[in-house]
This record gives sequence, structure tokens and C-alpha cells, in this order.
Amino acid sequence: MNNDKTPLLEVKNLCKYFPIQKGSFKKIVGNVRAVDDISFFVNEGETLGLVGESGCGKTTTSRCILRAMAPTSGEMLFRTKEGRVVDLAKLDRSEIRPLRQQMQMIFQDPYGSLNPRMTLFEIVGEPLLVNGMRSRKERTDRVAELLHLVGLRPEYMPRFPHAFSGGQRQRIGIARALSVNPRLVVADEPISALDVSVQAQILNLLLDLQTRLSLTYLFVAHNLGVVKHICDRVAVMYVGKLVEMAKTDALYHSPRHPYTAALMAAVPVADPRVQTGNVELKGEVPSPANPPSGCYFHPRCAHASDVCRTRMPVFREIDPGHFVACHRAEEIELAGIA
Amino acid sequence: MEENLQDKDPLEAQFSTQAEERISVASNWKLVWWRFRKNRLAVASAVVLLIFYIVVLVPDFFSTQDPETTEAFLAFIPIQRISFRDGGRFNLSAPTVAGKRNAVTLRMEWVTDWSKRVPIGLFVHGYRYRVLGLFETDIHLIGPRDPGSQDWPYFLGTDRLGRDQWSRLMFGTRTSMTVGLVAVALSVFLGILLGGISGYFGGWLDMIIQRVIELMQSLPTIPVWLMMTAVLPQTWRPTQVFFAITIILAFIGWTTLGREVRSRFLSLREEDFVLAAELAGCSHLRIIVRHMVPAFTSHIIAASTLAIPVMIISETSLSFLGLGIRPPAISWGVLLQEAQNIQTVALAPWLMFPGLVVIVSVLAFNLVGDGLRDAADPYGH
Amino acid sequence: MSNQTGPLLSVRDLKTHFVMDEGIVKAVDGVSFDVYRGQVFGIVGESGCGKTVTMKSILRIVEHPGKIVHGQMLLSREGRDGSGGEDSVNLARLDPKGKEMRSIRGAEIALIPQEPMASFSPVHTIGDQIIETIRLHQAIDKKGARKSALRLLMDVGIPMPERRLEAYSWQLSGGLRQRAIIAMALSCSPRLLIADEPTTAVDVTTQAQVLRLLRQLQKDRNAAIIFITHDLGVIAQIAEYVMVMYLGLVMERGPVDDIFHEPKHPYTQALLRSIPSVNSAPRVDLPTISGSIPHPFNKPPGCPFHPRCGRRIPGTCDVRTPALQAVGERQWVSCFLYHDGEVAVP
Repeated sequence: MNNDKTPLLEVKNLCKYFPIQKGSFKKIVGNVRAVDDISFFVNEGETLGLVGESGCGKTTTSRCILRAMAPTSGEMLFRTKEGRVVDLAKLDRSEIRPLRQQMQMIFQDPYGSLNPRMTLFEIVGEPLLVNGMRSRKERTDRVAELLHLVGLRPEYMPRFPHAFSGGQRQRIGIARALSVNPRLVVADEPISALDVSVQAQILNLLLDLQTRLSLTYLFVAHNLGVVKHICDRVAVMYVGKLVEMAKTDALYHSPRHPYTAALMAAVPVADPRVQTGNVELKGEVPSPANPPSGCYFHPRCAHASDVCRTRMPVFREIDPGHFVACHRAEEIELAGIA
Repeated sequence: MEENLQDKDPLEAQFSTQAEERISVASNWKLVWWRFRKNRLAVASAVVLLIFYIVVLVPDFFSTQDPETTEAFLAFIPIQRISFRDGGRFNLSAPTVAGKRNAVTLRMEWVTDWSKRVPIGLFVHGYRYRVLGLFETDIHLIGPRDPGSQDWPYFLGTDRLGRDQWSRLMFGTRTSMTVGLVAVALSVFLGILLGGISGYFGGWLDMIIQRVIELMQSLPTIPVWLMMTAVLPQTWRPTQVFFAITIILAFIGWTTLGREVRSRFLSLREEDFVLAAELAGCSHLRIIVRHMVPAFTSHIIAASTLAIPVMIISETSLSFLGLGIRPPAISWGVLLQEAQNIQTVALAPWLMFPGLVVIVSVLAFNLVGDGLRDAADPYGH
Repeated sequence: MSNQTGPLLSVRDLKTHFVMDEGIVKAVDGVSFDVYRGQVFGIVGESGCGKTVTMKSILRIVEHPGKIVHGQMLLSREGRDGSGGEDSVNLARLDPKGKEMRSIRGAEIALIPQEPMASFSPVHTIGDQIIETIRLHQAIDKKGARKSALRLLMDVGIPMPERRLEAYSWQLSGGLRQRAIIAMALSCSPRLLIADEPTTAVDVTTQAQVLRLLRQLQKDRNAAIIFITHDLGVIAQIAEYVMVMYLGLVMERGPVDDIFHEPKHPYTQALLRSIPSVNSAPRVDLPTISGSIPHPFNKPPGCPFHPRCGRRIPGTCDVRTPALQAVGERQWVSCFLYHDGEVAVP
């Protein structure tokens, strides 16, 4: 499953269940299987895209990796700066803390991710302060350097977030994430909340920063056009499960899972001469609290057979570097879009 | 290559007009103040409250007589108008009153005599008193020009013991307004502590505290007051009773604030910037103090300002019923105790004046609190 | 594309301003366009461009302190019984709370809002709400209305419509709710549907379903749709005629193919270039528009786009505002690169 070097992050059988409680005594009657036994890896220096629709579990996955919440089960093997491989899932809060420097997050909402009562200097400088940089002068210099890196003027340091536009706020959030020199950056839909003309600016910035600072991105998104532009590899999630993972070109050119093909076919293309949406996906996304039997996608799949209704498909390598969870992957032919 | 905004962004020049510069570096408190300022009703009410609190600081300055001076002969003197003119010239004065006992009812009746006037002045000498326990003086804001005069201006009349109501009102204001403030301060402390623990840590701790709050809120207030004040020994000095009342009020009043704080904590916990702080490696304490508390401080202040009138009315009601502050201590409730029966009200309606003062102060607090609440969310995205 | 004699809705020089303490926000500042019967008219633009305020102006639901200060919106009355005599009615002149506007709202012009959850009352079943809408505009009894409602739910593709009629909005999934709100909008067979970002809040597969449904319904009922969105991909798929707005003004409008393949206005060109699509080369820098959308209080003088325009003409674009003029058979642009017409300063 790996290349010659160990990956920066290797997730094995990750599960995150949220208990459903009913009644005044909070009896547990079931589980919302937000993340349901997924395994993937991210190599150093690359960008892995994590796509899926709402409720697929991509956000929960990203939060588990950063230990914003503890996973229910599974392993999250992270190769630290010193070369050790630690299982993030097994560490307790005090052990995680020193590692937080090495992995950071860029948030979706530019308005909710910055504390409105702190100045830019305080926001971007907080990770530095909390991680040992006590000298104010040192922090000022570093914050100025970071602001410059993301394309903002250092004179903005005493300003508050309300003085800035959405795109600028997102830059501030990026500066904050980069302040402690992380190796892994989880970008949780970093441009979906921005105007179209600003999205391209931020995308360019992210690409540029990756080259300059040798960053590894886990890019969570639902916009397939953006994902194709920025990611080296893409993993597709559906109702808590991974259905396909491959190099970007391979995925877009020849998807092996019916859901991936349907997803790509549904994306509207900004060209009136190209008609999209012709392959209609019927039905609704099932609730992760009550998924169907067998393969979760079978009620909506045009290629479903008996085995799909009863047995859960295994996430396996069908071609070198191309993984899929489908019983009939070898038999069916699917159309890509690139 | 990366977009270098420093050089190419032509919008930057337009962004930095003077007004925007000010706004961009304005902290939350400045923005709240600017918004509050626009609400004229709230500002006017704030001014009224300011006046009240100046009275609280130096009630002696505003009164004309020692509030304890009793003179049975001078009972139930009605309100005397102040006249600003005397024969065409500006001259503050009040009429004298002469008492005559009605032969039939045996009640004292007061006849206003404008021919004989009591000259009134501003910043006159009167009885000596200490200002805030620091220094002594005998200057009063308003009073008879001749401190030794036999005739006295009674701005709000007298009660059944001949005590000057105006002066007593000043002292009553001090007590009532202070009780409200102290009780709310205590509630806020309890509310933030327990509500914060409840909201931040959740789990069974949250459940226990919630049930306690619900229990306390479901108790009927008046019987609880009765019970708690009945427990207070009769021998306690007025000041001790005063503090006991404050603590009792705070103990019952913190629950509403506690709920508010808890719900704010719960919603703040989900905010991205709190998560970002956690991911940066901030400790629990730092997150609470630096990120969560400032986010709701302005709301708490607004909620507290709205809680003060509740405390004031609670204290007034308790004292009115004889269960709270007791004479010889003076509060609005104690003053209103004198106006408890129809007889008194019919004969000496001016004794109900403290009720009007209660209404004004409660209204003012409510308007200021509303104004603060409206102004408190300038980041309402 | 089916036009009859004249346009169904004709908006001329619409101006809607918001007077606030800090200044005047000219949310819509001189917008003109025509919508024909059975046409899908797309309005596209980013935040602050005025597309939502335009929609609210047409429906006369602009909230305080906004006011329509200039312009007219002529709704054709041809083929509509009852009004007797008048060709068209100027929506700008009607009392927004008056009987006439209320009879137009819902019956002749219906809104498909962005958030279906917020548009349904949570304490009434969707059946009740649809029936109420029907009976508000048509003289029909409860049973008849119920039959109509049932048929509507079937038309929009909601499975098990009898059961769904008795459901509450929060019991339905996102996609079904969106269909239900479309059903409610169609309940009185309006001639004009206004769809305000109807697919922004839903997933990509649901979006495909909704767009397909709208295309179908529009053909079946020959209703005109004004489709408002910021997503250029969606506009390309559904609209026949597109209007691009920026800071309250129309930058360009024309047939969808011309806009996407021969865009004239620099803003349109830059916007199209900056979208990452599945066909563009990966991992290279995208061409961007420098700067950001200015604050509505800070509208630049002259052409609103000039500070960010790579092709601005100094001395002209920063002083005079270009007027919207025709540069092709059906394509209109407001840009001094193509003509010299300007907006007269009042």
C-alpha cells in the first residue's frame, strides 16, 4: 500500500461513531456511523483530496486526524519531525499537545474562524505564544513575516478581523495555521465560503505556499473542479465509507465506482455547449444512523446485483495506486469526465 | 506567482480613509459604545441612573434634614411647592405651614401661608456629615438659607412621625440602589462560575447543575423569602440584615444568569475560533479566559443591567412586607411601608412618592439594559 | 426559447437604494432587462452585486430601509383574464402591501427561495401550506385544492405524495424539501418563477436533480424563470439568456453561448478564466482578478469595475460610468472599450 518511504499520515480502519441517546436516562439506542472503517494514506509533500457530499464524514475524518475529537477505534499513524511514527489515536491530551505544532487546520468559515475580539497580531501570534515564543519582539517579527507570506501588509497587525473581507480573513487564517511551521495542513473547504473571484486567489496562494514550505495538504472539499486543480490524489467518501481513491488523473478519467462516476457527471460545467446532469442519480443520501444493508450505495446504483445487497464490499487495490470498494468494479464500465 | 497584494491592490488606498482606519482598530468595547451612543433613549436613561448613583454616594449632600429627626407635631405635612419668584424677582422660596388642630376630627390640618416664606438657597449650610467617611462638611445642595430657622421647607412632606420625606428618600435611594448592585454582582459571579462549568465541561456535572437550577427556579419566590428572612435573627443590626438580604437575593437570582452563561458556553464551544485555539495548543484555562469569556462579557453586562431592576423590586417588596430591610434602616420599601393602608394613602398621598422613584429607576435600568443588549453584538454576522 | 409579442417582464433603469446612518448603499443602481415568456433568464454575480435586491424589488419585498427610488418594472397582463383593458402593470408603482401586489405575488410571480427549511412553517404540514396558497388565489374548495396539491407533489417527483402531504417540512430530506418548495411555488401556475439560488444549499447530486426538474417543469408549463446564482456552471446549464451584475450595475447581458464563448466585458472574461474546472490544466496558477470586491459604501467612481480591470482607460473609466448598450444582435455591454455611451449623472 505504500511507496518506498513511509507516508506522513497513515489512517487504518478509522471509525467514529456518535451514540444516539433517547429518553431521560439517555439510553444508547444506536450509533451515527459518521466515519465507518476507512483506511488511507498521505505522502509527504502531496495533496490528498477528500471529497463527498454532506454527511459523508469528510469533516469528521479531518477533525479526528487532528484530534479535535477522539476516534472510536482505528489507528492514525503520523510520522513526526524526528522520524518517529506515533499513533495519534492512542495518545492522551497531554501527549498530543507537543505534536499539535506539526499539524494545523484551515477552516471553512472566514467569519467564524477568527476571534472577533483579538487583533491580527494576537490571532496569528497566539500559536507562537502558546508554543513557547514569549518575546513580543520575536513574535512581532514572525507575524510580520507570515502576513507578508500570505499577501497582507504587516501594518495590519493592530487591526481587528471585522475590518477585512472574506478573502483577506482566509489569508489570516492561513497565516495562523502556518505560524508554527506545521508539516501537515488539513484544509477543510477553505474556499467554499468565498466569492468566485477570490477563490482563485486563495487557491493560488495555497499552491504557492505548498511549494515554498514543503507542506502536505489534506484537502477536504465538495467542488470537484477545485479538487482536480489542486490535488495529486483524491479519495471519495460516501456515508462514512471510502468508496474510491486514486491519482487525480486516473480518477477523473476512469472512475471505477458508480458513485464517483455519478458525482462527476452531476457537476455542472461552465460551458453551455456541454450538457451535464444527464445521468440522474435517483433517491437520497441515506442517513449514517441507519445505512442500508450490504453496500451503502446499492439502493441508488444502476449496477447493483444480489451480492451488493447483502455483502459490504472491501476497499481493495484494483490497479496500482487505484483503490475501490465495489463488488463489480472489474465488470462495469463507467464514463469519466476528463 | 503569488498574488502580491502590496503592490497591485489599488483598493488599499481607498480602504484607508480616516473613518475606516478608526473602525478597523476599534476594539469590541469601542464599537459597543458607539452603537450605544446612537440610542438616545438609552443614553438619557443612563444619565438618569448616573444622577441616582451620585445620590447614592453622598445622600447627605442632597438631603435637607437628618432623616432620623422625628417631630410628632409635624406629622403629615403635605408637599410644599417651591416658588421661583417673589414679587417679580428671582427668589427661591417655600411657603410656611401653620398647623391647626381640627376640633371635630382631632387631626392636625396644615394651612399653607405664602405671606410668610422660607427663603431657600443652593449650596447652603446645614447639618454636618462625612463624605464617604473621608472628610466632614456641612454644605447641602438645597435647603433653607437660615439653617437655624424654625420653619422648614418639606419638599415631599412628612410622614406620621414628622420625618422629612425628601431626605429619607435620598437615604432610601442609597440602600435600594446598592442592594440591587451588590446582589447582581454576586449573582453574576455565581452564574458565571456554575454556568461556565456546566457549559464547558458538560457531562454529568452539567446535568447536576442543571437540575439544581431547575429546582431552584421552580420554588415559589415569596415563601422562600419568607422562610429565609424569618431565619434572620431579630437582634441583628440593620447593616447585617442588609447584607443578609443581598446574599439571599443573589442566591435565588443567579439561576437565570447561570442558564444564559451555560448556553453561551455551549454555543461558543462549537465556534471555529475556539477549535483553532485548541489546535494551536492552548490550555483549557486560556481558551476559557481569552476566547470564551470575552465573547459573552458584553451580553452578561446587558443581562446584569436587566437583572438589577428585578433585585430592586425584590428588595422593595420584601421590605414593604416588613420582611427585608427593617426600620430604622431606610430603603424604598421601608418608605413605602408607611403607605400601606387606605387611610394613609387617602390622607397623605405624597407618601407614595417613593413608588414613583422605583418605577423611574426600574425603567431607566431596563432601557439602558436593552440599549446595551442591542449594542452588544456589533459582530453579528 | 419561446417569445411571443412582447416581454413578460420589462425592467427599466431600476434603482433601489438603502439609506443608512453611515451612507447610502446603492444596491441596484440602474438595471434594465427583459424577460420573455417561457425563457430561462439567468442573473449571475458575486456578493454585493445586487442580484438579490433586484429579485426583491420585483416582488416588492425589499426590507427597510431599502426603497425603490427610480425605474419601472412592467409586468405584461396579456392573456390574463379579469384586469380588463390594461396591457401591463408597473410593479414599482404598486403598494407593496396592497391587494393588487398581493394577488400578483404567488399567483403570477412566484419565488423559489434559497433555504427551503426556512420557508416552510415548522408547525404546519406541507400539504396545509400548499393548500392554503392555492385557496388564497383561486376560488376552489378544500377537496379540490387537496387534489391539486397531490398532483403538484407528483409533478415535482416526490414519491408517495399522499403520505408526504401530511408530513412536516423537517421530516423531509433536503432534496425533497427543495422539491416541495418548488411545488408550492408552482401551485397557482405562475407565469414567472424567480429562483433565488435554489441549489446553493444542496449537494451536487441533489442540485443535478433540481436543475433537471426545473428544466422539465419549465418546458411543460411554459413558465419563465429568473434564475439567480453565483455559480457559473449552473448558469451555463440552465439559462438561455444571462445577465452579469457587479456592484448594482449590469456589466453584460446576452445569450448564454455568447456570454460563455464570446464574453465582451473584462469582468466576465476574468471571471470565466478564474474558475478551476475539470478541463483546465491542474496545479498551475489560475488567472485571478486582483483586489477584492469593494465595500458598498466605497463604490468607485465611474465604472464600478475599473480599479480591478486590466484594460481600464485612465481618464475615462475612472470618471464616467458606461451605459448598457447593444454590441450584437442580443448582446449588451456596459464598457468603454466597445462604445462611448455613458450614464448621465443626475
